Amino acid sequence: MKETYHKVIEPPRGWGRINWAELWHYRDLFYFMVWRQLKALYKQTVLGFTWAVINPFFQMVVFSVVFGRLARIPSDGIPYPIFTYTALLPWTYFAGSLTTAADSLTTTAPIFTKVYFPRLIIPVTPLLAKLVDFALAFTVLGGLMVWYRVVPSWQVVFLPLLVLLMVLTALGLSLWLSALGLQYRDVRFGVPFLTQVMMYAAPVVWPVSLVPEKYRLLYGLYPMAGVIEGFRAALLGRGTMPWDLIAVGGASALVLAVGGLLFFARRERFFADVA
Amino acid sequence: MSLPAIEVSGLGKCYRIGLREELPDTLVGSLASWLTSPWSNFRRLRGLTRFEREEGEDIIWALREVSFQVAEGEVVGIVGKNGAGKSTLLKVLAGITSPTRGRAVIRGRISSLLEVGTGFHPELTGRENVYLNGAILGMTRKEIDRKFDQIVSFAEVERFIDTPVKRYSSGMAVRLAFAVAAHLEPEIMLVDEVLAVGDAAFQAKCLGKMQDVAGQGRTVLFVSHNMAAVNRLCSRALLLHQGRLVREGPTTEVTAAYLSGSFGGVGQEEWDEQESPGEGGVKLLGVRLTNSQGEPVAQAEVGDELHLTLRYRVEKPGLRFRCCATWYTQGTCAFSSVEPREEVRARPGIYSSTLVIPPHLLAEGEYSIMVSIFASRGIKSHYVRPRHVLMVQVSDPLRGDSARGDYAERLAGVLRPRLRWRLRREE
Repeated sequence: MKETYHKVIEPPRGWGRINWAELWHYRDLFYFMVWRQLKALYKQTVLGFTWAVINPFFQMVVFSVVFGRLARIPSDGIPYPIFTYTALLPWTYFAGSLTTAADSLTTTAPIFTKVYFPRLIIPVTPLLAKLVDFALAFTVLGGLMVWYRVVPSWQVVFLPLLVLLMVLTALGLSLWLSALGLQYRDVRFGVPFLTQVMMYAAPVVWPVSLVPEKYRLLYGLYPMAGVIEGFRAALLGRGTMPWDLIAVGGASALVLAVGGLLFFARRERFFADVA
Repeated sequence: MSLPAIEVSGLGKCYRIGLREELPDTLVGSLASWLTSPWSNFRRLRGLTRFEREEGEDIIWALREVSFQVAEGEVVGIVGKNGAGKSTLLKVLAGITSPTRGRAVIRGRISSLLEVGTGFHPELTGRENVYLNGAILGMTRKEIDRKFDQIVSFAEVERFIDTPVKRYSSGMAVRLAFAVAAHLEPEIMLVDEVLAVGDAAFQAKCLGKMQDVAGQGRTVLFVSHNMAAVNRLCSRALLLHQGRLVREGPTTEVTAAYLSGSFGGVGQEEWDEQESPGEGGVKLLGVRLTNSQGEPVAQAEVGDELHLTLRYRVEKPGLRFRCCATWYTQGTCAFSSVEPREEVRARPGIYSSTLVIPPHLLAEGEYSIMVSIFASRGIKSHYVRPRHVLMVQVSDPLRGDSARGDYAERLAGVLRPRLRWRLRREE
């Protein structure tokens, strides 16, 4: 018998830890869980994956009319529809994956109370699945770019880095919210409100240039600020990468994610008892 | 000699149960409790995972001081009544939940089968679910690829493999789910009451598969209410009672001790309000097996009349359903009996339905009784899903008045009606 499979079961003491080797062993389950979510999500719908495009598109239309036309919010000289749509790309991903992930442990309880597998897979699944929607939503951006004759600058090479920061931010919050949400179902009611507040706090309908210079770095602690302004710089070919915001936001996202992992590992040992 | 595959020492697990909350009886009281409820709710929810005091009326120990060892390749049965801690023990060993005290060492790749079809998604096809369920149970994609055809043919669903599972009959879904689980190849397997699925033929097939698994040198911990299955599969058994390990030894001795009734759970089974099985407005409160004097029995003679009584609460008016009891022995279904009509239970209340087993119907041996409550018009809708509830040991005292007459040797069959023989001299 191989000692590699030696496993000791003991009462929880101190902080838990993430078993990376075990996560690697279950990598196929990751794949199947993501695939299950994608397959099941749009089953028996007429429009299917088109929904991934429709949501941000109509949000852009509404924002352009309300904030662009009526409220005349400045957009750094960029046509308002494309200005806000570029922000809605990462925002829709962030809000959507957060909402699904926060609820993920509660909805998967019937599975993980019957079978053991690394529970970390559960909140991470929506973060991966929503990337597909995110990619699809880019098609509309392509259309808008042609329409408004916008060409991305060379800074578009930093886009993957921004996507990484976007996923890391969503991961950190999802770990906290899902673990809390299993024991305190209040989270389910709080999350829609939270995402709405966070959306207006993020530069989705307004530019970061409205933030007074002395508060800029403090504001940058909110990682989505750097992500969204970065998306605009990379895709719309105006302005320079807001590296200050990205650096500050990256640091705070990292703290959030590492803290989330520790918290999740600590709570994980009680999941089956509180579900 | 190699180290044991499973080594459990002093394992304990406690849960906090919800105490009945005190309801205020005045308007001011209600208002005050509404204002303070967030705080008390928070304390209650946080209390689910904190145990400052390990005693108290709201704490129950599902397992206490359980210690045992299982050698590599051994097949061990775990028996005990509902709530004795059998499932909790498997959940702790599987890593699903953490123990409160003690320690367990597992040496080998472990897989648990606490419920078949975990993670089945009704919108996905049979094929997709096989992959998903297999991965949840710990198989890699390659392993599933290799066993896919075997799984599908074992489940007998070849024609429907690309149909969404929501269009399957419940029997088909369960067969497919069991087939996936049956093709796992861990070194240590934890199995909880999964043989009670499908029809009799499929159950026999499952039991056969379990025997194959046991025969391959796999270490198996097997929980069941089906004593016949435990006797057939396991060489050794553990008896749990109120969270403690009260008996350990050769299977036949342990099952006999269990059936002797000294550990409760035989003759009658009752559920607390919170745990009582049932959905859709029916709650099963208790099941009793009694003799003609109304005493609960765990042991009976072939000539006894037995009464199986289901007590249930009907919570909605006008429900129409029937009760069903299925008797298993020797690893197979002996017979099923249903109430002949789906009677309307016009008013909510507590009802009971009694099945009378006439003398000289059962054979000798242990019977495991499964009950269910359902309505059926084309499709079955269950109010109480089939579950094994009771066990009875039937013996023949050989007084000469039974179907045996004065024949005392082996006599086959799952039923033993007293039939008439006519002897005539023809010429």
